[in-house]
Amino acid sequence: MAKADLISQVIVEPSQAVRFDLEQWELLVRQGKHAFLLAKLYHKFCEAELETEILAPAKHHFLSADMIAQRQRIAVPLEVERVRALLAQLDLDLVLLKGAAYAVSGLPAANGRTFSDIDILVPANKLDALERVFKDDGWIGQHMDAYDQKYYRQWMHEIPPLQHFRRGTEVDMHHTILPPTANYHPDPMKLLEKAVRVAPGIKVLCPEDMVIHSATHLFHEGEFEHGLRDLVDIAELLIHFGKKNPDFWVRLVPRAIELELIRPLYYGLHYARKILSVPIPNQVMAEVALGAPNPVMGKIMDWLFLRALRPNHPSCDLFGAGLARWFLYVRSHYLRMPLYLLLPHLVRKAWKARFEKKAEGIPAFIPGEQKK
Amino acid sequence: MKVGELTYREFSRMLALSGVNIRTEPFTINVSSNLSLVSEGLYLLYADYPLYPEHSDFVDFYVDVAAPKSLRRWYRPKVFFSYDGTMPFKPLPQKQALPVFEWGLNWCVATSAHQYLMIHAAVIEKGGKALIMPAPPGSGKSTLCAALVSKGWRLLSDEMALIDRGTGLVAPAPRPISLKNESICVIKEYAPNFIFGPESDETHKGKVSHIKPPKNAVDEGVVPVEAAVVLFPKYNATSETVIQSRSRALTAIELAENAFNFNILGKEGFELLTKTVAGCDCYSLVYSDLDDVIDRLEQLMCTELDGKRASVNG
Repeated sequence: MAKADLISQVIVEPSQAVRFDLEQWELLVRQGKHAFLLAKLYHKFCEAELETEILAPAKHHFLSADMIAQRQRIAVPLEVERVRALLAQLDLDLVLLKGAAYAVSGLPAANGRTFSDIDILVPANKLDALERVFKDDGWIGQHMDAYDQKYYRQWMHEIPPLQHFRRGTEVDMHHTILPPTANYHPDPMKLLEKAVRVAPGIKVLCPEDMVIHSATHLFHEGEFEHGLRDLVDIAELLIHFGKKNPDFWVRLVPRAIELELIRPLYYGLHYARKILSVPIPNQVMAEVALGAPNPVMGKIMDWLFLRALRPNHPSCDLFGAGLARWFLYVRSHYLRMPLYLLLPHLVRKAWKARFEKKAEGIPAFIPGEQKK
Repeated sequence: MKVGELTYREFSRMLALSGVNIRTEPFTINVSSNLSLVSEGLYLLYADYPLYPEHSDFVDFYVDVAAPKSLRRWYRPKVFFSYDGTMPFKPLPQKQALPVFEWGLNWCVATSAHQYLMIHAAVIEKGGKALIMPAPPGSGKSTLCAALVSKGWRLLSDEMALIDRGTGLVAPAPRPISLKNESICVIKEYAPNFIFGPESDETHKGKVSHIKPPKNAVDEGVVPVEAAVVLFPKYNATSETVIQSRSRALTAIELAENAFNFNILGKEGFELLTKTVAGCDCYSLVYSDLDDVIDRLEQLMCTELDGKRASVNG
C-alpha cells in the first residue's frame, strides 16, 4: 500500500512534522533525498523555526543536504561569472533560466535548492559561434555518439549539454523554448526582449515568463525525477511574485496567451494549487481555464500527473505509477515531434538500450571527485 | 541482539524478505538480498553486530544487493546494488556480490555523511590514540592495517577516517577489512586466527576477500579517539623499514586530496583538517617486513604517548 507523500505535507505546513513518529521521519528523509528536496525541507523547518523539532538521527541527513546546497549557492555565482565572460566575448548578455536564475536573483525558490546544471537561453543564430567559444574554454559536448548528436541538433530546443572538462560543471544551452518540431512555436525572442538585468551582463526572464517557462519545461518533460522539485519551484515563484507585485497576477495569463503557452501554464497553476495548496486568485484560475484540456482529457492528465508528481520514491508510488511515467515519457516525445519522426526514434533508442554494450562496473572511487 | 544469535536460516529469510537492520557504527542500515553469497558472507562477517527489529531505530541507509528477476539470473548472472530503490552503479558479475555490498555502502556514506570530514584512510587505535593511514590503492594500507589489528590494535576503519565536525575526534566505523590479491595469502599466513569471508575473483580491483572485524572493534564502536599520527605507508618488497618525518603542510594537502567531502565542507573542512594535522606527528613509511614494521610502529605510538604526557606534565 502506498504511503503518504510527506514532502508536500511538510512544504505546505512544516509544523505537521512535529507529530511524526520515527517511521515517518525516516520516510520523509528517504522521499526527500530521492526527490532532491531534502535541503529544501530543512530550509522550510528553519523558516518556521522548527529545526530543533527534527528527530535527532534524521538531523544529520538534513544538515548534510543543506551543506551541499550551501556549497552550490557559493559555486553557482562563480560558474555563472565564467559563463557570462564567455558570452561577453560575442557581445551577448547571459540569460539564465531555472535554478541558476533563481539563485542570482536571490529568489526564495533558490533557498535549499540544489542544481545539476546551468540552463541558459541564447539566440539561435549565435549557437555555432558560442559552441566554439565554449569548446575553446574547455567545455566538452556530452552524448557524443553520432545519433544523439543528430537527434539533439535536428529535433531539440537545446544542444547536447556542455561539461567543463575540469570543474565538471554542466551547461544546457537552449536556443528556444520547445523543440522546433513541437506543436506550439513560442517565439524565444519575445522572452529575450523582456528579460530583466540582475547584474552587469546577466539577465533573467521577467517574473511572468519565469513562471511560464518553468511550467512549460516541467509539463513537456518526459522524465519526472525532478518533477516534484520543479513544481515546488513554480509554487514558490507564484507565492513570491504574487506577494511582491499585485500586477503579476493580472499579467500572467495574458502573457501566456501571447507566448502560446497557456496549456502548460494551466497545468502549472492547477497542480501547484492541487498538490502544494498554493493560493491562486479565483480570477486567475478562471482566466487560465482557457488552457485546460477537455474534461475527459483533464481526468486522464490528472491521473497521470498526480502519480508522476509524487516524490520519486517507491514508498509513495500510487497504483499505476509505472504506467503513468511510461505514458508521460511517450507523451513528451509525442509533443516534441510528429509520429513519423517519433516512431523510428523510439525504436532506435530501444535498440540501443538493448544491444549496445555499455561500460560496466562501479566507478573508481576517487576521493574528492564529487558530482556537482 | 546480535546477528550471530539468529540461526542462519532465520537470518537469510529476513534478509530476503524485509531486510535486516544492522547497527554498523555510526550508522544503522537496512540490508536486503536474495543471494546466498551475500547472506552467507554477512552472517559470517557481521556476526558480532547489533541487530534491531524493524522500525525500532532510525535507518540511515536502505541497501539491496540482488540478482535480477529476469533471465539474467541464469545467463551470465549479474548483481545489482540499489540504494533505497535507485541504482547508482551498473550491474556487476554476481560472484562479486559481497564486495559490491561493501563498496556500495561506502558510497552511501561518502556521498551523504557530511557531519564528518571523511578521508580515504585506514584508522587504528593504540593506547587511546589513533593512527591514520591515508594511501592510494596498492600501497599496502589494508595489509598493514590487518597486520596491526591482528596484534591487538583496535580497528576503527579500513576505508575511511570519519573526523567528527563537532568534537574533532575520529569516529570509529568498524567494518570488515578488505584485502586484495597477494595480501590475502600474506595475511592468512601472518594471522591464522582471522576469519575470512569468501573470495571474489576478477573484480576491477582483482581478487578480493574480507576479514571479519574482531569483536572488540565492534563492541567499542561508539568510543571515539583523538588522532595522534598520520602515516603514509608504501610496501616495497626489497626495502628495509624506513620511517621518515614529513611536513605537516604537505600532509594536510595530501589528506585534503584523499578526502571525500573536502570541497563540500569548505572553510570549516579546511580548519578542521589543519587543526587535526597540527595535533598529529606525520611520517612516511616504506616497509616489507610486517613484524619489523609493527615493532617500530608500536615504539612510535609509545613515544608519541609519552611525549604527549611529558609535554602535559612539563
